Amino acid sequence: MSLDFGLNWDVIAQYIPLYQKAAILTVKLGVLGVLFAVLIGLVCALVQYYKIPVLKQITAVYIELSRNTPLLVQLFFIYYGLPKIGLKISASVCGVVGLAFLGGSYMAEAFRSGLEAVEPIQTESAYSLGMNRAQTFRYVILPQAMSVSVPAFVANVIFLLKETSVFSAVSLMDLMFTAKDLIGLYYKTTEALFLLVVFYLIILLPVSILGSIVERRIRRAGFGD
Amino acid sequence: MPDLGIEVLFKGKNMLRLLGGLWTALRISLIAVVISIPLGILLGVLMTKKNRMLHAILRVYLEFIRIMPQMVLLFLVYFGTTRSFGWDLSGEVASIIVFVLWGTAEMSDLVRGALISIPKHQYESCEALGLSRTQTYLYVIIPQTIRRLIPLSINLITRMIKTTTLVLMIGVVEVLKVAQQIIEANRMNSPNAAFGIYLTIFLLYFLACWPISLLARHLEKKWR
Repeated sequence: MSLDFGLNWDVIAQYIPLYQKAAILTVKLGVLGVLFAVLIGLVCALVQYYKIPVLKQITAVYIELSRNTPLLVQLFFIYYGLPKIGLKISASVCGVVGLAFLGGSYMAEAFRSGLEAVEPIQTESAYSLGMNRAQTFRYVILPQAMSVSVPAFVANVIFLLKETSVFSAVSLMDLMFTAKDLIGLYYKTTEALFLLVVFYLIILLPVSILGSIVERRIRRAGFGD
Repeated sequence: MPDLGIEVLFKGKNMLRLLGGLWTALRISLIAVVISIPLGILLGVLMTKKNRMLHAILRVYLEFIRIMPQMVLLFLVYFGTTRSFGWDLSGEVASIIVFVLWGTAEMSDLVRGALISIPKHQYESCEALGLSRTQTYLYVIIPQTIRRLIPLSINLITRMIKTTTLVLMIGVVEVLKVAQQIIEANRMNSPNAAFGIYLTIFLLYFLACWPISLLARHLEKKWR
């Protein structure tokens, strides 16, 4: 048994550019995926909140399908399955689509719980003050709903960024792919894993810290109950 | 009607093999859940204690596990520890270790959240009524905590099931790996098998997780 935690710093210096490239890809796809997820989530949450017929059922089915299946399976289906019926997309588009498909439902639930937390009396009071629907939404519902949604929203962003780690399964050269490659090719396991952890920390730690700061500020801005 | 590659499922034992692969993944998640729930409860209770040292150690553990993607944890245990300690871990054992570590961290956070969500006046009222500490916990705090905890723990099970698909990446032969083998073997006679098989796996996972999610939601509503 050899306890070999010794890191070869020359090797690390040599690998850093590879990881940098991979990290940029991870962040790029992650951010795009999150943005689309937020859009899908907003639309779904509004459809559910205003109970728009037909669309409401469709979004409900989508939310259940997306929440109860793993991203890896979704990606395999999109990347390897769909081309067989003529829908061929590149690996990076597949990553973004998969992340948006998964994240959309999580975001929808976060926004919906926020919207539902606003008591009906708030809307009724706004109407009785002569506000129209748009004003009520903009000045009464949205600010209150947001303060409720923020913790779930932040948790979802971190969750989705973490989920990008499965992108290597559809042969995207992300951080995981790079690490696995270096382990397989040169057996520099310790250095490859060390850099993997460091780079994920560089990406995720700021988001996590920023998230808790925003959360604390918005909690204070929330309305007392 | 284009060939969707569904017929491959009915050839030989293909469907059974897929289900066997699914079971491998489910077994890992079940074992991990069974171990991490009691451990998580223990850690969660410890987290509410006001011991600084203990708090700091647990905190580092929790934050690290929760911020790292589970894939990274799998790599660390599967490639990292085997290299550093020179032992030999099968992919399955490595995944159980990782998912116990992760499940314990998640569970302890749920327990801690449920415990601190019990308002202080519950404790004070118990004291005012002259209940002893044991009685307070036994009759007042624990029943309320459990009600909050059960739906969340059931949700953790579905998350565990979904996350265990990752074991594919460290070479465990689970449902996606079996699917790849079947698709590869039938490449010539049904080139579109990938569509049908991955769709089937998608639906299988949905069928495995959906009832559990519904149960969690039902309990959450009922006990609110």
